[in-house]
Amino acid sequence: MDNNLTKEQIDELATYCEDAELKAYEITKVTDKYPEMTYRDAFDVQWEVRRRKEARGHKIVGMKMGLTSWAKMAQMEVEHPCYGYLADYFSVPEGGEIKIDELIHPKVEAEIAFVTKTALKGPGIHIGDVLRATDFIIPAVEVIDSRYKDFKFDLKSVIADNSSSCRFITGGRMARLEDVDLKNLGVVMEINGEIVATGAGAAVLGHPAASVAMLANMLGERGEEIPAGTFIMTGGITAAVTVNKGDSINIRYQGLGSITAKFV
Amino acid sequence: MNKELIQSCGDELYQAMIERRVIRPLTERYANITIEDAYQISLRMLERRLAAGERIIGKKIGVTSKAVQNMLNVHQPDFGYLTDKMAFSQGEEMPISQMLMQPRAEGEIAFILKKDLLGPGITTADVLAATDCVMPCFEVVDSRIDNWQIKIEDTVADNASCGLFVLGDRAVSPTQVDLATCGMVVEKNGSIISTGAGAAALGSPVNCVVWLANTLGHFGIPLKAGEVILSGSLVPLEPVQAGDFMSVSIGGIGNASVRFV
Repeated sequence: MDNNLTKEQIDELATYCEDAELKAYEITKVTDKYPEMTYRDAFDVQWEVRRRKEARGHKIVGMKMGLTSWAKMAQMEVEHPCYGYLADYFSVPEGGEIKIDELIHPKVEAEIAFVTKTALKGPGIHIGDVLRATDFIIPAVEVIDSRYKDFKFDLKSVIADNSSSCRFITGGRMARLEDVDLKNLGVVMEINGEIVATGAGAAVLGHPAASVAMLANMLGERGEEIPAGTFIMTGGITAAVTVNKGDSINIRYQGLGSITAKFV
Repeated sequence: MNKELIQSCGDELYQAMIERRVIRPLTERYANITIEDAYQISLRMLERRLAAGERIIGKKIGVTSKAVQNMLNVHQPDFGYLTDKMAFSQGEEMPISQMLMQPRAEGEIAFILKKDLLGPGITTADVLAATDCVMPCFEVVDSRIDNWQIKIEDTVADNASCGLFVLGDRAVSPTQVDLATCGMVVEKNGSIISTGAGAAALGSPVNCVVWLANTLGHFGIPLKAGEVILSGSLVPLEPVQAGDFMSVSIGGIGNASVRFV
């Protein structure tokens, strides 16, 4: 994977994408401006924004996978999911409030998150490696908010936009892998008391651990690894559901309790 | 509808099923048909099946998902009767090409009762106390109505579009599983095609059985000990044809698989 963009162009797109995130406004796709850009360029934009956040004193607290359902990949005509990072200020406490005015057009997804106890470095990481390296799993809700107008994007554009990351919430109840059946683990999403989506773990690449393996292998392409102790959100089990100001969400996880939050 | 017309509609649906020949929607031909008429028609169809030697072994609940309710523009489920001829075992071939016309498979949770339930006034606690076990299940629905062009009265008259069903490999006490959050994964020919959870059917499959017990209670009909109750699909219906293989797994309950021939 080579670059087609110069360092100046990467820096320009980093500013373009991060300003939209921080000031909550819509932008047009980065590929509209630079149709020749490569996946390498797109990831370089994401990593440049990440570097800038860390330089300003933010901590990176985890990673996320996106576009992990076969249906969504087919719809987007892509063969691969994508990843993004989670910055400290994305974190919202369980039962907390999410300020919708800081976001553009947020949607929520129910996910399973992994926490690792040993490092995972691709290429060649498979599910078995992931299971061995997992400390515990914990339910999570991701709030995604593509900075692109009407959530319309291509894979390179979404990668440059940190895979639409914006907020996340973790549940209080963790579990050891041997005590849960992640493929069949069910989730029920309610907004304002109405059931809006249901699903099971297999919706994420057949098994959420496959998503962690893919993350390790994608990071491996850049010479990066998943360090021990990393929190990883594996991708939406349910469809992403639009939320509005005033909405309360309650997501139940089979055997793992529930997560609530309010959009204010 | 008068008694003669109800009888002739019931006979027409029975013949359509036996001869594997679809008919035009009843609602297209009889604009004034009510849901009450439709249930009377379904009872006539059932009467013919029983006269042919079939035996009632349970009941099914349909139209339990919001998506299907919106499609049919109704805000309640419906029900039909299960007979011994509809039941298949795990691993057995299901001869849809000989028995059905336009089959669609759906993953469900089946309840096996150990006590009678007679509504009205049945609560979720009553249903759980009367449930011996729950099992994974594939229901293969079919419509005798051309191209599934059904309104609610058409499907009710047609025994809630009941076809065939297969129960899976495990029976689990309802005390061992959270029926609202248990996840479901459906695979067809090796690909995962849908996932869902118990709450997709009226908030919980238990709510569906409560609805059925109370609805039948108005007619003095109990759910009986030993009966199989199919509680409604948790995932979208999937068209199937001979040669397809499908499996469903339910978190904390088990698996069911079926090979269509």
